[in-house]
Amino acid sequence: MTATEIAPVGAASPQHVPYRPPRAVRYGATAGLLVLLIAFPLVLPNPTVTSIGVFTMIYLIAAIGWNIFSGYSGYISIGHAAYYGIGQYTVALITIHAHLPGGWGLFGLLPVAGVVSALASIPIGFLLLRVRRHTFIVLTIAIMFILQLLAFNLTRFTNGSGGLTMPFPTWTGNFFNMPFYYVGLLAAVVAGAAAWWIRRSKYGLGLFAIRDDEERARGLGIKVTRSKLIAYAASAFFVGIAGGLYAPFVGSVYPQFAFDPTFDLAVAVLVFVGGIGTLSGPVLGALVLIPLQQYFYLQFGNANLYLIAYGVLFILILRLLPGGIVPGVTSAWRARLVARARARQEDTRPEDTGLKDDAGQKGRA
Amino acid sequence: MLTIAGLFAGYGGGDVLRGVDLTVAQGSITCVVGPNGAGKSTLLKVISGLLRPRLGTITFRDAPIGGASPRRVLEAGIVQVMQSRNLFPDLTVRQNVEIGGYLIKDQALLRRRLDEVSDQFPIVRERAGERAGQLSGGQQRMVELARALMLDPALVVLDEPSMGLEPRAAAAMYASVRNMAQTGRSILLVEQNVRAGLELATHGVVMETGRVRLEGTGTEVLAHPQMRALYLGGTIEESGVTDQEAAQEKTR
Ligand SMILES: Nc1ncnc2c1ncn2[C@@H]1O[C@H](COP(=O)(O)OP(=O)(O)O)[C@@H](O)[C@H]1O
Ligand SMILES: [Mg+2]
Repeated sequence: MTATEIAPVGAASPQHVPYRPPRAVRYGATAGLLVLLIAFPLVLPNPTVTSIGVFTMIYLIAAIGWNIFSGYSGYISIGHAAYYGIGQYTVALITIHAHLPGGWGLFGLLPVAGVVSALASIPIGFLLLRVRRHTFIVLTIAIMFILQLLAFNLTRFTNGSGGLTMPFPTWTGNFFNMPFYYVGLLAAVVAGAAAWWIRRSKYGLGLFAIRDDEERARGLGIKVTRSKLIAYAASAFFVGIAGGLYAPFVGSVYPQFAFDPTFDLAVAVLVFVGGIGTLSGPVLGALVLIPLQQYFYLQFGNANLYLIAYGVLFILILRLLPGGIVPGVTSAWRARLVARARARQEDTRPEDTGLKDDAGQKGRA
Repeated sequence: MLTIAGLFAGYGGGDVLRGVDLTVAQGSITCVVGPNGAGKSTLLKVISGLLRPRLGTITFRDAPIGGASPRRVLEAGIVQVMQSRNLFPDLTVRQNVEIGGYLIKDQALLRRRLDEVSDQFPIVRERAGERAGQLSGGQQRMVELARALMLDPALVVLDEPSMGLEPRAAAAMYASVRNMAQTGRSILLVEQNVRAGLELATHGVVMETGRVRLEGTGTEVLAHPQMRALYLGGTIEESGVTDQEAAQEKTR
């Protein structure tokens, strides 16, 4: 085959060591983490601690879901609280109108919250996804505030600023938080599995292509609008579930906490800090930052202090590790492997091959 | 197999292509040359569906494809490698090739094609897991060619494939293109490197200011006296080789 002629030009050189942890390491770490998360409330059953766990699960679900759209497609939404709110109101309204009692039964509404959010996201996404990056970001917030305004004003439906009250389950003591925690963990695992599956599917590849260059993606036959819309709806689904878990846990739904702009701020920051577009980034971000945030809240009592901390952290991460912690650490590790491979090569092959390739992408004109 | 007639197209500010007539014969390597700004890339963009023609027809294997979406053009059997930045730098080499087969529904077929092009372009296998952005220009070009073959196209359209390549990489690239033609694909390529392009080609076409000015076999066009004038900055005054279209143009 003629193309074999160029093999020497492309021969693997040490600066090109690909890095991905071996499969056993990745699966082992995932399993280990899962065991820790399952064991955590059993080891530390104190409700103050487990309620931090529940909030962490809520944000974990949301972060993984948000990353499926914004991380994979590159379209940053900071209006996903729209679906957090829709999820909350869905669960609250069904519970109230169907006179459902608090307790296990309400968890059955989580998929409903997800589906309603996803359905709502389709016409919204259809409108929003016609515009590109910056305009898109602005419009996502606008939609979220419109929904908040509706929640305030459709008083017959939402009871406006009076909010909606959920029936509490009859669970008591240390047990109270556990069902929320484990159901949240289960939903997070489902979200993680979806994110993992999309990442390695051809569909996911299309999303990454869109993130890199939408025109080129279109040139390869990818239906870009449809792909973006599917990802948008998938992320709305999981964020809706996060909202659906929040409502019965907190016991009430108010417009300003359902359609909450700081929700998106938190989700975006923790995904960026962990590593946007990666699988483990949102997990790392949520598992580290949400407990910290809750801890500071308990310590200092000021609910908004964390926003300042998040802002500072965000800027630091963008300056020091632009891709987030996960890509930062893997590339550092990779650099180590490269250095080692090069040292080894210099031992065996003292002379450079002298093969130099062309000037790369520098075009003529 | 590909017939273009009376093609007019532009980007909104007037026509860049002003009545292009062109035929790519089955099994040929047709090379389009011409000065910068002649509209060569624009022509290829119209063929691959990235730009809509304002007037004129494009027919491929008896089906009209003028104004079709890129997806439909790919389905019809035409794949284009664009002038620059074809690869997604943040995706791996393997992903970049795999995405060339985005339209393939059958997973087994997709995997088989991936194997085939990896056999043909060893770099795809050797550097499978690396970010495409880390490869040199010549290596990236090979990956682009590998990607182009994923859909097993009948016609491969290449826009200045030698651009930015050092001679060795360019030679390897040309060898691969020749190999594609030998395995039954038709090739339409644009070249700035006139000599190399026309020597490779079975058929040569000279474009200037949105029109076809000369046509003939690769060697005929290369030997044509007007070619020198063209590349010394002049224009082609007379139609020389088989050029009836150009004669018509002047009367318009
Ligand atoms: N995206 C674009 N938008 C507007 N004008 C363009 C665009 N691309 C090319 N042109 C114009 O079209 C003309 C032909 O360009 P092109 O087809 O790239 O020429 P060639 O490939 O022969 O060098 C040039 O005058 C160029 O400025
Ligand atoms: Mg060009």
